[in-house]
Amino acid sequence: MSPNKRPMLEKKLVDMNYLLKEAPREQHFITGAQAMAEAVKRASVDMAIAYPITPQSEVMHLVGDVFAAGHIKEYYRAEEELGTMSAIAGASRAGVRLFTATSGPGLLRGLEAIVSWPGHRVPAVLGILTRVVNAPLSIQPDNIEMAYMMHCGAVMLHAENQQDTFDYTLAAFAIAEKVDVYIPVAVATEGFFVTHAKGYVDMMSEELAYTPFDPVAAPVPAMDNETPPARIQRDAPVQKSNFMSYLIHSVWQQEIWDSNSRAMKYIYEYLGGPIEVQNPEADVFVVASGCAAAQAREAWRYAQEDGLSVGLIKVRAIRPFPKNEIADAVKNAKALIVPEHNIIGWLSTEIKASIPNGGIVVDGPRVYGGMTLPVELIMKELYTALGLEYELNL
Amino acid sequence: MSLKYITPAERFKKYLPKDYVELVDYGPFGKTQEEAGPGNMGQFKELMEEHPMCSGCWMAYYIRLIFASLPCPEETVTLGTAGCGRLAISQAAVPFIYGNYGDQNAMASGLTRAFRLRFPDKTKDVITIAGDGGTMDIGFSMTMHSWIRGEKFTTIMLDNEVYGNTGGQSSGMSPQGVILKMAPMGKDFGKMPATALAQAAGCVYTVRMSPTNIKKAAKIIRRAIFVAREVGPTFIHAYTSCNIEYSIPTEDVFQDAKDKEKTRFQFEEYMTDEAKAVIERVEEEEKTARKAKKAASKAEVN
Repeated sequence: MSPNKRPMLEKKLVDMNYLLKEAPREQHFITGAQAMAEAVKRASVDMAIAYPITPQSEVMHLVGDVFAAGHIKEYYRAEEELGTMSAIAGASRAGVRLFTATSGPGLLRGLEAIVSWPGHRVPAVLGILTRVVNAPLSIQPDNIEMAYMMHCGAVMLHAENQQDTFDYTLAAFAIAEKVDVYIPVAVATEGFFVTHAKGYVDMMSEELAYTPFDPVAAPVPAMDNETPPARIQRDAPVQKSNFMSYLIHSVWQQEIWDSNSRAMKYIYEYLGGPIEVQNPEADVFVVASGCAAAQAREAWRYAQEDGLSVGLIKVRAIRPFPKNEIADAVKNAKALIVPEHNIIGWLSTEIKASIPNGGIVVDGPRVYGGMTLPVELIMKELYTALGLEYELNL
Repeated sequence: MSLKYITPAERFKKYLPKDYVELVDYGPFGKTQEEAGPGNMGQFKELMEEHPMCSGCWMAYYIRLIFASLPCPEETVTLGTAGCGRLAISQAAVPFIYGNYGDQNAMASGLTRAFRLRFPDKTKDVITIAGDGGTMDIGFSMTMHSWIRGEKFTTIMLDNEVYGNTGGQSSGMSPQGVILKMAPMGKDFGKMPATALAQAAGCVYTVRMSPTNIKKAAKIIRRAIFVAREVGPTFIHAYTSCNIEYSIPTEDVFQDAKDKEKTRFQFEEYMTDEAKAVIERVEEEEKTARKAKKAASKAEVN
């Protein structure tokens, strides 16, 4: 049966604030991949495009099940990630809500198309379930790929656990489609540690769904020959070699990054802000994002038990990066410990660039290539920063 | 809705650029081929009135022909990629989506499916128009897979047998032995068998041609679009010489196209039975409509 004639499930359509904050929830024990697919189920997604490997998580085949059950109108497996991400860009021109997800090398394979989404004003949601991208080829978790995503203009959220994955993915649809944003939102979380592991997720009923995409409300009209204002191109001014074309391109780039900045107020609205701060008066903070924040949270809990002046800052938004929020939260801190799941330390670089006294940032601890992040490694850095001895027993 | 979408409100007309108003008033939107097709390209303000291509460019001529032949320009969206072609395609008064390198058929897959979701009872014609490099080299996987998946849109390859826009490098469609940039000793393998690949991948209508005959070329373009609406992927492989990189004197461009018709671009038309049925039906309908119109105008004269 052609997808447009397929009966869809009847749902109660609600706005994102109600969905995220007011709708009654029930607790489930599910994997991070399931959590992302469950969010997609409630997001009135029109179309999802999947590719299975290089490597993938379970997300896109679970989304296939969500499609088969009648929550999504159209779904297909594309040829590979560049084809997937290009098809998302094409479908977006028709004025529909879109979702896809990828991982590690797949993200890099699709990156040429993905980094053009902001400029093409494609408000799609992209799941990134992080995996190793470096040789030798591996399938282990490592979030270095996020560093490649950080400079394209997309909004990026980094989920700590299964619950975050669910909530951020839902919120992402609302943020992406705001008239003053209208760029893609990526929701990243760690492969295996979050995607393959189960955690508690409070979810609203699947009878509820987010208000459908409204192409008429889009600030960039669909190229459907239907939605005004008419978008008939008689010239492609950007790709000429003259000052006007350079100017148009530069203004366009500025507008993308301004749109990215404007997403911040919606990150406050839906997610309560780009950072979470525990023990704001502390001398030393562990600052972390993604599943490193779960280990950081554990280290903070131990430190509390040991009576140490330690705080926790969880970074939810990687783009727009909460420079002001972090600078303000750590203005009296003596040291910042930044645990990460990658070798280059992109988060610590970002933090150093956000504060006037970057010297207080401790580079690490870092694990990569699929290594787990023992809480003891963070404890060792905390103790050292506080001038205390710590016997590292791994 | 779509004609209405293009048509400005009467009161607003005086504020719009003159060429836009004239395009809507006198252009081919909502008109038949007899009223505004290639045969009347001089009389009607065609969809594409200017282009920035080289003097004597055969590709520019063929692109004009594509736009003049569209069965329903007001319901058409074209997609393309980097190359000479998009310089002219983007001058047309039909929405054009310019994506990344060689991704036109992947984008068209998403676009066509999304159109069918949003407008299940309407026909939206989606056409990818790209060069030999974009279609058969860098976009090869996306081209082939769109056909294998049976995506219902038309693919037109403008084959000038060279990367013309980037300065004359050899492509998969360059003929064997030709000396081009990146083939300094002569290209050591022949042209890719584009139409055979298309047929193997599931295109239900394919044509290889050197478009020297305007009427025939227009008919082929329309056939490919009609079949794509109902049956499956269609493909036109057209010779659109690069007179610069192949050093064809401007006055010899047409003769070159005629010569190629006898060699590498011998006319080849393939269609499945299902495609044939659509073509026969549509062309019969058009014929009947033409006759009825003729009879009506005769009656008016009498």
